[in-house]
Amino acid sequence: KEKKKITRELVQTVLARKPKMCSFLEWRDLKIVYKRYASLYFCCAIEDQDNELITLEIIHRYVELLDKYFGSVCELDIIFNFEKAYFILDEFLLGGEVQETSKKNVLKAIEQADLLQESQNEEWGGLSEDIL
Amino acid sequence: MPAVSKGDGMRGLAVFISDIRNCKSKEAEIKRINKELANIRSKFKGDKALDGYSKKKYVCKLLFIFLLGHDIDFGHMEAVNLLSSNKYTEKQIGYLFISVLVNSNSELIRLINNAIKNDLASRNPTFMCLALHCIANVGSREMGEAFAADIPRILVAGDSMDSVKQSAALCLLRLYKASPDLVPMGEWTARVVHLLNDQHMGVVTAAVSLITCLCKKNPDDFKTCISLAVSRLSRIVSSASTDLQDYTYYFVPAPWLSVKLLRLLQCYPPPEDAAVKGRLVECLETVLNKAQEPPKSKKVQHSNAKNAVLFETISLVIHYDSEPNLLVRACNQLGQFLQHRETNLRYLALESMCTLASSEFSHEAVKTHIDTVINALKTERDVSVRQRAADLLYAMCDRSNAKQIVSEMLRYLETADYAIREEIVLKVAILAEKYAVDYSWYVDTILNLIRIAGDYVSEEVWYRVLQIVTNRDDVQGYAAKTVFEALQAPACHENMVKVGGYILGEFGNLIAGDPRSSPPVQFSLLHSKFHLCSVATRALLLSTYIKFINLFPETKATIQGVLRAGSQLRNADVELQQRAVEYLTLSSVASTDVLATVLEEMPPFPERESSILAKLKRKKGPGAASALDEGRRDPSSNDINGGMDPTPSTVSTPSPSADLLGLRAAPPPATPAAPAANLLVDVFSDGPVQPSAGPTPEETFLSELEPPAPESPMALLADPAPAADPGPENIGPPIPEADELLNKFVCKNSGVLFENQLLQIGVKSEFRQNLGRMYLFYGNKTSVQFQNFSPTVVHPGDLQTQLAVQTKRVAAQVDGGAQVQQVLNIECLRDFLTPPLLSVRFRYGGTPQSLTLKLPVTLNKFFQPTEMAAQDFFQRWKQLSLPLQEAQKIFKANHPMDAEVTKAKLLGFGSALLDNVDPNPENFVGAGIIQTKALQVGCLLRLEPNAQAQMYRLTLRTSKEPVSRHLCELLAQQF
Repeated sequence: KEKKKITRELVQTVLARKPKMCSFLEWRDLKIVYKRYASLYFCCAIEDQDNELITLEIIHRYVELLDKYFGSVCELDIIFNFEKAYFILDEFLLGGEVQETSKKNVLKAIEQADLLQESQNEEWGGLSEDIL
Repeated sequence: MPAVSKGDGMRGLAVFISDIRNCKSKEAEIKRINKELANIRSKFKGDKALDGYSKKKYVCKLLFIFLLGHDIDFGHMEAVNLLSSNKYTEKQIGYLFISVLVNSNSELIRLINNAIKNDLASRNPTFMCLALHCIANVGSREMGEAFAADIPRILVAGDSMDSVKQSAALCLLRLYKASPDLVPMGEWTARVVHLLNDQHMGVVTAAVSLITCLCKKNPDDFKTCISLAVSRLSRIVSSASTDLQDYTYYFVPAPWLSVKLLRLLQCYPPPEDAAVKGRLVECLETVLNKAQEPPKSKKVQHSNAKNAVLFETISLVIHYDSEPNLLVRACNQLGQFLQHRETNLRYLALESMCTLASSEFSHEAVKTHIDTVINALKTERDVSVRQRAADLLYAMCDRSNAKQIVSEMLRYLETADYAIREEIVLKVAILAEKYAVDYSWYVDTILNLIRIAGDYVSEEVWYRVLQIVTNRDDVQGYAAKTVFEALQAPACHENMVKVGGYILGEFGNLIAGDPRSSPPVQFSLLHSKFHLCSVATRALLLSTYIKFINLFPETKATIQGVLRAGSQLRNADVELQQRAVEYLTLSSVASTDVLATVLEEMPPFPERESSILAKLKRKKGPGAASALDEGRRDPSSNDINGGMDPTPSTVSTPSPSADLLGLRAAPPPATPAAPAANLLVDVFSDGPVQPSAGPTPEETFLSELEPPAPESPMALLADPAPAADPGPENIGPPIPEADELLNKFVCKNSGVLFENQLLQIGVKSEFRQNLGRMYLFYGNKTSVQFQNFSPTVVHPGDLQTQLAVQTKRVAAQVDGGAQVQQVLNIECLRDFLTPPLLSVRFRYGGTPQSLTLKLPVTLNKFFQPTEMAAQDFFQRWKQLSLPLQEAQKIFKANHPMDAEVTKAKLLGFGSALLDNVDPNPENFVGAGIIQTKALQVGCLLRLEPNAQAQMYRLTLRTSKEPVSRHLCELLAQQF
């Protein structure tokens, strides 16, 4: 519930900002760093002494990772493959810290996992009778 | 549908998501979701066992529904089952569900932990990473307890894969942040530091974060990281943009790692070793030099990454505060950014300069940018940037520029955003006081504040001006004249009336010589405002009037007339009425001498910290406060401005007139004394006062259990204090279902202990060694208050000598719908067989209610699991071969025979589960030690399920005969 409240509050604050404004804002005792890509806003909450600009680039790198993985990512990719978006995030960030900044290494990890999935899928004989 | 669907698409999931997206209304969406939930529920409950793939798909759907903002209250068990699947894709979804949806106090945590344990031990790097990600994402204390000791080992093991090391480092960091007490320091710490030398940049990146956090608590243990970090940084900074391959980001070499290394260095003072220091200074210079080079790319990513490193470098330079040359260069660099077209850079430059302003080496350099900053305050379109500009002006202010800055801030105040007006007012008030060369300027400034932003002038500010005027006789005449003039304005702010009323009451005589401000004129001016003011201000004005009678005997008749008027003497407000009556009588009865003594001018206030500064600190939070305090390196500024009593004692001083003039409800009615207390508390405390409800996750468990100091005001009473204990003879027998309720808690520590129409009792407990702490939650389910509510713990029989339970008293009233919490500290002195009783009595609507339950404290709670190899197990098993040491029971299964559930129950019972001991894999073998204060009892157990017969055979061997039998009874009822 608390989470929902926070989300609502943040969405309102961030959407109210105009394009030329700076990408940082103070919120409670945290700082919010946000960036807009097409119709999507990506937000990070960081602590007082954290570096704002590098956080902006964390957002950008994540978007690049999504883009590379899905091939020109769009909102629908993220909705329909939300679990993938999570997996990519886990490879890139963990416990709020950057784990691996190399695009190649992150994608390699994800693709390896996909290979594991595909080979296992065959055991199930494709995707028939799977409508519900 | 997405253009590419990699891996395995789950078609059912995609169809469901499409359906949801096609819903035309919120209602349709909810309907579709409910339909899906019903479908999933029936699948999960159905007789047909689901295959892993379907389970995964349904769990994934539940996750999606949760992400849409709906509550999910089932499916957890299925997700947990997925964890032990050996199919990667199922395991992965299981972990995702757990990470997103399972909260830490879930009863499933033991099952989850078990699955994680298996994956960590699997030596399959992909599985290990999944498990580590899950721990890092959940980060609960339970997980910390289970894994904090293992992860350092994985982290420094020579054969761990790089990706595993990375995840392990950050996983450990997360656990350390959540529960530092659980992460044992040790031999591994030295090896972690050496990860800074690792070949793999990703490993270094993860390790630096961990070290930065750990070294804050133990700087000395990690000291060697300084030179390693410097050489790593130096290699990055001096590398060509292509050297680092994929770690170069838009032509900037390893910006993330650089920033992290610079942060790590900020945990320490400048390196002592001259060579290391030289190398570091060289790095910092290189970064500053590079800032001047033309950009290698026009992309914003390039400049952001480059400047991220630059800002972190400047932070380090400011942190060291010892290299004048670098500080001035940093300041110049920021100066350039102040006019940059990127709003982000202007914002950051203002923010960073604020800290530079407090360094003696760069204070002057910062001041040269005053015009740019003032301009920013006037022209920036983004309020957050303007706010930073105001902060910087405040930080760079000193005697030389105070007048300019204060007047600019006053001007800004007229158009400032409402959100920051109060803060600006406080800042102006502080600067005006601090740098006042002559007090007439100070008085003017404060009166201007009231004029421009009267609503935002808090009590602290106008109390303060009164304190200063009272203490400085050279400004009193000027103050009287100025307020008199300010009051002439047709619409003046009520705060102005307050200040004016008080000052004229004290010092009106100083301007009474001028016929334009003769006593009658002063009085009628004040009185013309009287009717428009609030009660608080009117009360203050009445005091001014009585003071006038003393100062100007010629006004006595007029004022007595005012006091005597029905509107005063019979005022509905008791405070006003009382003042009118008392003042009228005083002025009629007392002789001139008495009057002069009683109404004497107020004595000076004692000097203390400025109450305004305290308020600003409170507003800004403790962190910012120190920054505001430091850096004011102008020692001469203390002469006038040391600060005074922060209490609103403006009127109520220790003068003999206090009773009359002190006006119990002194200036504003809502203030008396209370705000003073708040101020003091806030000045001394480090942060907001924590509500002392339940245990916070950071609290260490064991330290909490230490016996409370006897003088502690929250004193624990029940034990050993038999007086408070009604004794077993006074309480009724346990309710019939007490045993059944107790059984529910043998293998778990939280849940609802009891519930009827009036009352719900919830329980949550933790046990460690021979100690335990239990929280009981009593919820009043009715809308009527419970009276004389008193829960007590009773030790029947010998229990008193076996188990000590200390209870804290709870409030005697429980409001309707409210819940109260009671904390029990438990110590197991020796083995015991019967649990303590919990007696709850209260009055509900006049009827006494009483209830006796068995407290869910059973001997197995003090179990400590023990791992051992098969050989050791059998050796001990044989040693406990006396007939009395063994207890055995053969019984019918009461619940479905599910191996996972059985495992969870055995773990919940408290013993360790030993694999590979029993040759029959269907059987369970466990071992543990019961910890009591007096002795330890080793226990071994074996459970043999027979699925065909639906029977179990349970065997326990312990070194104490009654313990074997008792544990066997307890456990047998669980299956």
